[in-house]
Amino acid sequence: MPHFVDRRLNPKDKSHSNRRRFIGRVRAAVKKAVDESVRRRSIADVDREEKVSVPAEGISEPSFRPAEQGGHRERVLTGNRNFQTGDRIEKPTGGGAGGRGREGSDDGEGDDDFLFVLSRDEFLDMFFEDLELPDLVKRSLKETAATRPHRMGYAVTGAPANLSVARTMRNAFGRRLALRRPKTRKTREMMERIEALEALEKPSPVERKELLELRAELDRVLRLRRMIPYVDPLDVRYKHFERRPEPASAAVMFCLMDVSASMGEREKDLAKRFFVLLHLFLRQRYDKIELVFIRHTQVASEVDEETFFHSRQTGGTVVSSALKEMQAVIEARYPPGEWNIYAAQASDGENFGGDSATCADILGNELMRLCQYFAYIEILEENESQLMNSEANGMELWRAYRGVAEEWPNFAMKRIASPPDIYPVFRELFSKKPEGV
Amino acid sequence: MARTVRAATPLFEGAEWDFDTLRRSYDAIAKVAAEELELNTYPNQVEIISSEQMLDAYSSIGMPLMYHHWSFGKRFMHDEQLYRKGAQGLAYEIVINSNPCISYCMEDNTMALQALVIAHAAFGHNHFFRNNHLFRQWTDADGILDYLDYARTYVTQCEERYGAREVEHLLDAAHALMPASVFRHRRLPSASLREEAARRRERQEEEERSANYLWDTLDRAVRPSEADEEVRERKRRMGLPEENLLYFLERHSPILKPWQREVLRIVRNIAQYFYPQRQTKVMNEGCACFVHYYITNALHDAGQLTDGAMLEILHNHTNVVTQPGYGTPGHATFNPYAIGFAMMQDIRRICEAPTEEDREWFPDIAGAKDWRGVLKDAWANYRDESFVQQFLSPKVMRDYRMFALTDDEGDPFYTVNAIHDERGYRELRAALARSLDVSVNDPDIHVSDVDLLGDRRLRLRHIQRDGVPLDPATRDATLGYLGQLWGYEVALDEIRSE
Repeated sequence: MPHFVDRRLNPKDKSHSNRRRFIGRVRAAVKKAVDESVRRRSIADVDREEKVSVPAEGISEPSFRPAEQGGHRERVLTGNRNFQTGDRIEKPTGGGAGGRGREGSDDGEGDDDFLFVLSRDEFLDMFFEDLELPDLVKRSLKETAATRPHRMGYAVTGAPANLSVARTMRNAFGRRLALRRPKTRKTREMMERIEALEALEKPSPVERKELLELRAELDRVLRLRRMIPYVDPLDVRYKHFERRPEPASAAVMFCLMDVSASMGEREKDLAKRFFVLLHLFLRQRYDKIELVFIRHTQVASEVDEETFFHSRQTGGTVVSSALKEMQAVIEARYPPGEWNIYAAQASDGENFGGDSATCADILGNELMRLCQYFAYIEILEENESQLMNSEANGMELWRAYRGVAEEWPNFAMKRIASPPDIYPVFRELFSKKPEGV
Repeated sequence: MARTVRAATPLFEGAEWDFDTLRRSYDAIAKVAAEELELNTYPNQVEIISSEQMLDAYSSIGMPLMYHHWSFGKRFMHDEQLYRKGAQGLAYEIVINSNPCISYCMEDNTMALQALVIAHAAFGHNHFFRNNHLFRQWTDADGILDYLDYARTYVTQCEERYGAREVEHLLDAAHALMPASVFRHRRLPSASLREEAARRRERQEEEERSANYLWDTLDRAVRPSEADEEVRERKRRMGLPEENLLYFLERHSPILKPWQREVLRIVRNIAQYFYPQRQTKVMNEGCACFVHYYITNALHDAGQLTDGAMLEILHNHTNVVTQPGYGTPGHATFNPYAIGFAMMQDIRRICEAPTEEDREWFPDIAGAKDWRGVLKDAWANYRDESFVQQFLSPKVMRDYRMFALTDDEGDPFYTVNAIHDERGYRELRAALARSLDVSVNDPDIHVSDVDLLGDRRLRLRHIQRDGVPLDPATRDATLGYLGQLWGYEVALDEIRSE
């Protein structure tokens, strides 16, 4: 009579849709927290879970309930040690009535902020939100490891498209041999002989006997052939594939940024989003990614991430110094034969007079040969966004880089003024499926 | 216990469980439940779930199917976080008052725990659900799963048709009024939720068909002499005063569309379904604990449970029935498992080995050997408040060293007005009974009047018991939701009960 049901294999995320609704409800607060932590986190681990605390107001669930104070109340407690009837106990000060105050919060009803953990996917959803990525891109960025099907022998089940004809026929052949299926040729010979015997006007007794025997034999042979089919479902084999993670090699990503005084918080924030996104793209393809941060004013130096984003330096702007530094680092640590080299440069477009030609020169003659991809963004003031439409004009650096871009297809450049402008820089990088990297 | 010890083979050894062992143990437990305790249960359906699924079940108020709402997501995230941090364990089981009675057991439980949980939920709670008068009268165990399924489908359809945002707003408001939307004194008009749901839908369609827009909008003149009579007639016709706020809104709100009324109805039906559980926490858990304690001991005596398994069961049993005393963390709340179990064990003691005191306090049951009959009668015919009032014995009060405090506004001191002594027993018992009475502890709010042809202001009245006011912040927010559903002004006055 007892009925046991194993529900463990049922889908787990029954609460998923409720969870989504909840996050939708506190969207503004969550978004703020995500932006905040993108700023705070280092590039390489932006896509982690995040604790988010949202104010209780928007998500309170009020109902008519008794106030915690006021009126006449009674309670019964246990564990009396020395109280007698009529004893007076001082009320605890500054709290609810003796510990009642916290009771409400076990269902998240307290006045405190509501704290919860945003999963990696939810976090990335929020992060992608104002980057305006195409859905396909979003989905593939969230996939943790790229896999590719590999041949793994044969299986007895599979899709018709994977049918292995050769293997199936081989099995069928073996089975037919083993079970001694009468051959077609032999059958045909017997039939011809029977026909010949039947055609005789006056068969001799020997021939008549042979005919009878042959007929019986043919019957048996035909029955056997029906019982032992040419190809049996047992013989069918399918090519079997297993998804295996792509063997990926190592990559290094250079982040170059102008840190002179003209780069303010807004510019740095945009630059950081740009770097984060490139890093996410690269993570798709490579197991191991090293990050190199090079900042520059009139001189360039390799620094750690913290210094890169947060410390200020004053001075002029010589962009070529950063490129030279990058060249030096590649030479010292990242032999191009072993490393895939990516670079992302962010700048406000200013450069020391005459230096831009040098930059184009270094890129064109040296770096672009070594790099898989070089992305450059010029961060504009918000009120300059009309500039974005005109590719041709711009400052010296922009014009010099345009020359590089025309020559090298793996050089991308873009002007951006707000987060949605970032993605198009990568569009090509993403659409171009690298073969054999 | 003078039970003959039979050397049966143990049902299982070690912590691992499989379905064969579960089935075998279930049969042994069922045998004790049926033959020795004579329990009367719904057929059981035991479902094994993972811890994630347990979290899922937690968040949708323990029901296997529920419509979608963000507040369940909030609860889920809250529980999940506590669980991951290790601040809160998960329940070993959840049991649903349905026919067949569904109990969820976690896959992480050891075999000993599974046996405990089956005895506790599939027999203890199950018997209580099936026999207690509150559940029999007010809930429909046969129909609840169908009804929830219908509710979820209906809400989803509404979301598709009228927009998720719209439905969410409506549910927010309905949930705020949910606790104030049960019939406390009247019986539900219909026995079967399912039939009623079908009838309601038909009626609604009929009303839509027969609405006469021309006549319905005409004003009819009223003579002043009839005004008083009119008010009384009006109240009578609207069934005022009305304690069930959602029911009132569903029937009389001037602005709600038919689908919105149906959603309100779903919410209030679910509130009503859970009302008996709120009134019988102590008894329900006490019954389940008593049953699992009896059954596991019986199995152990018969040699069907190993000593190791029994120790594990006792360890968990003790954890569950612990009541922290005054001055230790957690003392502020009464543990329904503890008091319920203690009282039921005590009833058995009074029946089997009464003292002089018991004969004086419980003349009708003291020494009545038939403790099963007494307990089953209690399980069937009482709720927490009346159960305590009837059966709490001086011994239990002494064992727990109970005392009662009063807390008056403006007085910097609590006063101890009764302790576990001869003078205090009755007062203590009455105070505990009152504190378990849901209808006393829930705010007493009803719709007092509304003039649909006049200003349409909805007047609510809160009758303060012992001068306890409503919490002002949540009160105003809830009134806001009420206004949203009513469409016109709402006003609440608070008066003190005499």
